[in-house]
Order: sequence, then structure tokens, then C-alpha cells
Amino acid sequence: MTEPVYVGLDMGASRTKVAVIDRHGVLIGHAVKKSGIDFAATATFCLDASLEMAGVNRDDISDAVATGYGRNNVAFVTEKSKTEIGCHAKGCHYSFAGEITIIDIGGQDNKIIKLDAEGRRDSFKMNRKCAAGTGAFLEEMSSRLDIPLDEMNNLARQATEMIKLGSYCTVFSATEVLENIRHGKPVADIIKGIFYSMIQRVLEMDSLTEKVVLSGGVVAHNPYLVEMAAELIGRPVLIPEFPQFTGAHGAALYALDAVTNTGEDSKKL
Amino acid sequence: MAQEKQPQRKKIEATGQMMKIMSDYFYDLNDAAKAPDRKVAWCTSVGPAELLRAMGFAVHFPENHAAMLGATRMATELIPEATTIGYSPDICSYLTADIGAYLKGVSPLAKAYPGIEAPPRPDILVYNTNQCRDVQDWFSWYAKELDVPCIGITSPKNFTNVTDILIDDVTRQIEALIPTLEKISGQPLELQRLRETVALSRECTELWRQVLETAAASPAPLTFFDGTIHMGPAVVLRGTRQAVDYYQQLLTELTQRMTDKVGAVDSEKHRIYWEGMPVWGRLRQHSELFAELQASVLVSTYCSSWIFPDFDAKDPIRSMAKAYLGLFIVRSDSYKEEYIKEMLRKFHIDGIIYHDAKTCPCNSNSRYGMPQRLEKETGIPSQVISGDLNDLRCVSDEQTRTNVEAFIEQLEERR
Repeated sequence: MTEPVYVGLDMGASRTKVAVIDRHGVLIGHAVKKSGIDFAATATFCLDASLEMAGVNRDDISDAVATGYGRNNVAFVTEKSKTEIGCHAKGCHYSFAGEITIIDIGGQDNKIIKLDAEGRRDSFKMNRKCAAGTGAFLEEMSSRLDIPLDEMNNLARQATEMIKLGSYCTVFSATEVLENIRHGKPVADIIKGIFYSMIQRVLEMDSLTEKVVLSGGVVAHNPYLVEMAAELIGRPVLIPEFPQFTGAHGAALYALDAVTNTGEDSKKL
Repeated sequence: MAQEKQPQRKKIEATGQMMKIMSDYFYDLNDAAKAPDRKVAWCTSVGPAELLRAMGFAVHFPENHAAMLGATRMATELIPEATTIGYSPDICSYLTADIGAYLKGVSPLAKAYPGIEAPPRPDILVYNTNQCRDVQDWFSWYAKELDVPCIGITSPKNFTNVTDILIDDVTRQIEALIPTLEKISGQPLELQRLRETVALSRECTELWRQVLETAAASPAPLTFFDGTIHMGPAVVLRGTRQAVDYYQQLLTELTQRMTDKVGAVDSEKHRIYWEGMPVWGRLRQHSELFAELQASVLVSTYCSSWIFPDFDAKDPIRSMAKAYLGLFIVRSDSYKEEYIKEMLRKFHIDGIIYHDAKTCPCNSNSRYGMPQRLEKETGIPSQVISGDLNDLRCVSDEQTRTNVEAFIEQLEERR
């Protein structure tokens, strides 16, 4: 008989993530896909892929929790939901015990969450209704420059200078980028400036405590951004093993807690 | 799929009576605008309404009309009408929605009150900039458009204490309005009538205070969202007997709720302070959102701003000056912080929501470090939500929901 597993669904504005954990909280399966327009189909796809990776099937699911913007909108294996703030906090606290500040950079929003030593939230901040500093900003720049997202890291590393963008607004920033291209500035220097602009927008959202954890899809796919963040913060930053899945992992941990706290391990979902 | 949770909110029985007196008020205004022997004044919400009423004017409050545009969700489509004639979408969305409605020839009054087509045409416009500069710009536009006089009080701002110097200043400014008002109304100011009006205003605001303070009880018998609706008479009928009678009725009902331990929100677990303007087009949604989470948003600076303990019939004009200067919005941050701290204590608050209204900087108190200072001093956590009073293009429902739910989760963790 297989061990029960616990599932977290993080239905984000940009990507949908599913995490499957065992009874010790260890991530044993995960999958990610663009959220697209059919949330239910995407959630199902990610669930099946992550269960397959974990070597289990739906009957083995003991409990599940959903999070992310689509947490209340999708037919899934659960009716339980938690906010992504709570789930990111839970997921990061699992990886890094003690007092931490979490910087989560997602496709459409950023969060700065401060936790005390017990993992309880002291405060949190989300970006205002603005794309500055989010993955959407990076995607827009990638599109304007016609450079694939996955090439931007390497290009930024080749920069000899940095062209700083002065504007807060994504649209104005794009105009600035085009202006710099027109003036013959090296693309690598411009891309470095794009990363700088992005991380600067995030860091100015709130003050930080000593230990800083970076998470989110943008962090997972842009190691250059992480290096730059550490440089700007002035000390190394902590990265979970699967930064894009901290929200889903946290949701799964809530599912595990629910079972642990109630003693129910029903496998009835 | 996540089930829609059923909000648990209690309806206030006196609402029917309030709707009736508000309806009577709007029909009377409409009649006044058509009657050759009556005069109509437009007044800002904490302008010299007592003076206008005592001189026989029927008084229309454009801020009330603008809030109705917001609550009926008409505002967002009307704001661009004002933008096209040069009024930025970044300035007061009361102003832009109201002027937009005028330009488009629409009004929520027409939908709510058959026979009324629009706000009453004014004979004079009277402002007090204690709210903000935008009210002066707003009234000035109508003055030119309708070719009517526009006079007002230019209020001191950002002071901590209401000193004699400031009171002298505003007293003289109120007195200076009188000759123009007498000319328009065609009758001299009768001091006795002003005393009676000020006495009624005092009585009204005293009852309104008692109504709001019932929320100090646990569970709180009314919420901020109830308050934004039931403050209508305190805004537009201040200085009248109808408002006094209404608040006596409302107070009786809420006092009974207190006795019976009936909360406005079922199973109240969290007690929340709301700082800033309501999002008029989302009143119901926000009310339900908090109720679902067993959180009672039970007190606010906004609703409490219509409490004027300084009105004094013995010294009417000077006491009006004092009352208008006492307004929260016109004071310094150090005064505001002391005020809020006292409210947090009195109402046993667990958390504060600051509404950062995009187009209302004067009523958005999260922009100069106040949340951080108050949190440090009181230990009471807070959360800022971005939005607007009227312009729903500045509102993200999902961001609001996530922020509020996560904030309540945070309070839950700390219990």
C-alpha cells in the first residue's frame, strides 16, 4: 500500500504549479504550466504530471489545498484554500527556519513577507496595481527586444556597463529601451539595466530583515537577477530548492497540517 | 471547487425610514430649484451648511451626489467626460465623476427618484477647502458653466491644535460670506434662526456619535459599511429636525442590538478599523468579503468625521469655525495619529485597513509613514489596499481580496 500524499495547487495569474509532498513535507512531485484560459484543464494536467513524478495516483491523495489568484475559481480536488501570502510563507519557512524576509517575484505580482522565528507573519506587502518589478515587466522587455527570456540572463552577464532606466512605468521603460537602442548602446548593457530596474522596484517595497529568501518563477528562471539582488542587498540571499514551487509547496504543507491536526487521513478526495 | 461562502450580515431595520427622509430631501431640493421664491445653494460636505440653512437656502451637496455616482457604479464611465475637457484622471474622482455626469446629462437621482432629472440648479456655490483644494476647483467650474457666484472659506491646513488664531481667521471668513448670501437669498440673516440650526446640527452629530459608538460593544451592532449608508442624513440634513429624529430611531435599534448581543457580522472574531474613503462601487462586495472572514470592520475615521462636538448655539458662527477646523482631514499627522490611537483603544481594534485612494491624497493616510509609525507604537498590525473612492479602473478586486484574506490569516495566526 502506498503512503498518503498531500497536494498543493498554486494557480497563479501567469503559471499554474502543483506540488505533491509526502507525510514528512518533502516535495516528491511537481509540475508547472501556463495558466492559460482553461484553468481546470491546466490544474488537472499539472496534478496528473506531478502525481506521476511522485509515483502515486489520485487515490493516494489524503488532502489538498489551493492557492493563487485562481484558488476559488477552479474545479480541483479540494475546496480548501489559503492565500498565496500564507502559502509562500509556509513553503519558505519549511526550507529556512527562523526569522526571514521573503521576496517573491511572480509573473504578475511581487510580495515581501516578513516572518518571525516561529514562521508567523509579522507583515506583508504586495506591489501596487502596477507591473513594475514583476515577471510581466521582463516579458514585455523580452518581447520588445525580440530576445527570448532564457537568453537575457547570459546577455546581462556580458554587460560592461549598465544603462539605468529612469522610468517607473513599464511602457515608459520600453520607450527608454528603444531610445537606447537607437543611440547604439550595447544590448547587454541595456538588459543589465532592465534587471536592475526590476529588482530595484521590488526592493523599494519594504525594508528587509537579516535573512532574505527569494522565491517565485522569475527567481527560478533568472539566476542573474538573484546575483544582482544579493549584490544590492549587500549579503547572500537564500533560495529554496524549487523557488517556483514555494507557494504550491506551502499549500501542500497546509493540507498536511490539516490532516495532522484533525487526525483524518481519509484518502477520500 | 471552492464553495461560495455565504456572508452573514444583519440588515438595519431603520434603513426604510432613512430612505424616506433622503427621498423627501431630494424631492424638496428639486421643488426648491423650480420654485421662484426659493433659493438653492450648493455646499461642500463640511462647508457652512448651518449658515445656508438658517438663511432659507435649500442645500445640495455635490459630494453626496458624487458618492451616489460611485455607489451606483456610474462614475467610472463618466470620469473620462471630465478628462476630455482637461480634468486629469489623477485628481478627485468625485469632481471628475460629477462634472462628467453633468456633461453627459445623467444622474443617479433620476433613477432613484422618478420625476427628478438632475441635481437642482444652484443660485450660489459655497465651499470650504478644509476637505481639499479640489472642492474649490469643482465649484469654480460650475460657477463658470452656470454663471452663478462661487464663494467660500479657504481653510488653514495641517495644524495640530485648533488655536484662537485659526478660529478667528475662519470666523471672519464665514462672516464675510453673509452679505453675498443675504443678497442672493433676499433676506437678512436672523441670528436666532442660526442658533436654532446650529443647535440642531449639534444634536444631530451628538446622536451620530452615539450611533457610531455602539460599535465599541462586542459584538459590534453596526459596521463601517452600514455607517457609510446611514451617515447620509448627517451629511445632507445636518441642522434639521428630520436628521435628529432619524438618529434617535437608529440609536434605539442599535442599543437594542447591543442589549441582545446581536452583532452586525455573525460570530465576530476580528475587529477592524477602516482608515480612508470607502470604495463606493464595492461597498457590498467589501462588506461581504469581511463578513465571510468573520471580521467586523466596525469603525472608521471617515464616518466619524461628521461628529462636530464644537457646535454651540450660544456662539454660533465662532463655533461653526471651530467645528469646521476640528475636522480630521484638515489636521496634522501627529493629531491624526493620536486620534486613531484613541479610536483603536476605545473600539478594541485588532487590525487596521488603510485604503490608499488613488485620486484622494487628502483622505489617504498611508503615504507618509503613518501605518508604520502607528504599528510600531500600538503593535496593532495594518494593511494598505490600493483602490479609489469612485474610479473603479484603479481597483483590483483580486488584489484586494488577496490582501484582505491574507491580513485576516495573519491576525488569525496571532490570536
